[in-house]
Amino acid sequence: MVLCLTLVCLFCGSILGVIYAVTQKPIAQAAQKALVESISKVLPEGGELSDAQQSQGFEYYTLTDGEVVTAYAVKSSAIGFGGSLTLMVGVLPDGTVYNTSVLSHSETPGLGAKCSTDKTFMEQWKNLGADKSLKLKKDGGDIDAITASTITSRAYTLAVSNAVEFVKSMNGGQNNE
Amino acid sequence: MEDRIMSKLSLITKGFIKDNPTFVLVLGMCPTLATTTSALNGLEMGLATLFVLVLSNMAISALAPLVPDKVHIPVYIVVIATFVTVLQLLMQAYVPSVYAQLGLFIPLIVVNCIVLGRAEAFANKNGVIDSALDGLGIGIGFTMSLTAIGVVREILGSGSVFGLKFIPGDGILAFVMAPGAFMVLGYLMVLFNKYLKK
Repeated sequence: MVLCLTLVCLFCGSILGVIYAVTQKPIAQAAQKALVESISKVLPEGGELSDAQQSQGFEYYTLTDGEVVTAYAVKSSAIGFGGSLTLMVGVLPDGTVYNTSVLSHSETPGLGAKCSTDKTFMEQWKNLGADKSLKLKKDGGDIDAITASTITSRAYTLAVSNAVEFVKSMNGGQNNE
Repeated sequence: MEDRIMSKLSLITKGFIKDNPTFVLVLGMCPTLATTTSALNGLEMGLATLFVLVLSNMAISALAPLVPDKVHIPVYIVVIATFVTVLQLLMQAYVPSVYAQLGLFIPLIVVNCIVLGRAEAFANKNGVIDSALDGLGIGIGFTMSLTAIGVVREILGSGSVFGLKFIPGDGILAFVMAPGAFMVLGYLMVLFNKYLKK
C-alpha cells in the first residue's frame, strides 16, 4: 500500500520535473515577450530603452534619446474588484500619460475585464494631458468609467495616477530648478 | 467485427447525449458555470478537460489492477493532478493568451468530478483503449455543452458569437455574470432532456 503510493508519487513527480524543465524557457520567453510588447505599446517610438530599474517600490524603464529621458514606462498596480490589477503606464517627463496597457488582471469577465478590451475606455488614456485630473468623473475628475465597473475603473485610474506621481517625483528630484 | 466497431463507437457517442456530463449526469458544475462567459472560453475549457480526461482515464485503467483498494482514490488524484499540471505548464508556455483567460480554472480541473467520476465508474473496470474512448466521448460531450452554454450567454450578454459582434452596444449584463449562468444552464437542461434525451 505504502509502496504503491510512493511509487506512483515518485513517478508523477519525475514526469512533472521533466515537463517543468522543458517548459521553463518558453514560459519565461512568453512572459518577456508580453512585457516587451506592453512597453513598446505605451512608449513613443525611437530612442533607447533601458533595463528594468527599481525606485520607491516601482519597477520602471526609461526611454532615452541621447542624454535626455524622453519617456518612462512604469509598472503600477492597484487593487481592483477581483484582485490585483497591474498596468504598464507610459508617462512623458512633463506628466502627460502617453498610453496604458494592462499586464494582468482578475476582473469579472464581461464587466471589469473590459478594461483591457473596451475601446472607448482605453482610448481616453492616450496622450492624456498633465492638466487633466486623474479621477473618475463620478469622483470629480476627468476619466470616463466603464459601465457597471466603477471599482475596476477606479483602480485603473489610481494605478495610472500613482505612476504619474512617481514620474513627477523623479523629475522633481533630478532638475531642482 | 461490425458489432465490435459499433460498440466501440457507442462508447464515444454515449457521452454526447445519453451520458452527457453537464445536462444528464450534472457533473463538473463549477467550471461549467464559471468559464462559459463566452463561446470561446467554454470551448477552450472543454478541450482542456478533454485532454486531461483521456489521459487520466488511460493511465488509471492501466494502473487500476496494481493499486490496492485502500489507496485507490489518492493514487487517482495524484495521477489526475499530474496531468493537469502538465497541461497548465504547456498552456502557459505555448498559448499564454488562452492561459490568461482560463487561469485559475485549469488547476481546478483536478477536482472536477467528471474526471474522478469517470476514473471510478469506468476506467478502473475497463481496458486502456475503451477507457480512452470513454474519456474522449465524455470530453466531447462536455465541450459541446460548455460551448452551447457559452454561445447562449455570449449572444444574450454581449451580442456576439465567438467574439463576432452582431448586436451593437451592451448586452444583458446579467447573462455574463453568475446568475445568468444558472439561468442558461437550467433552461438548456430542460430543453435537452425534453427533446434530445429519449
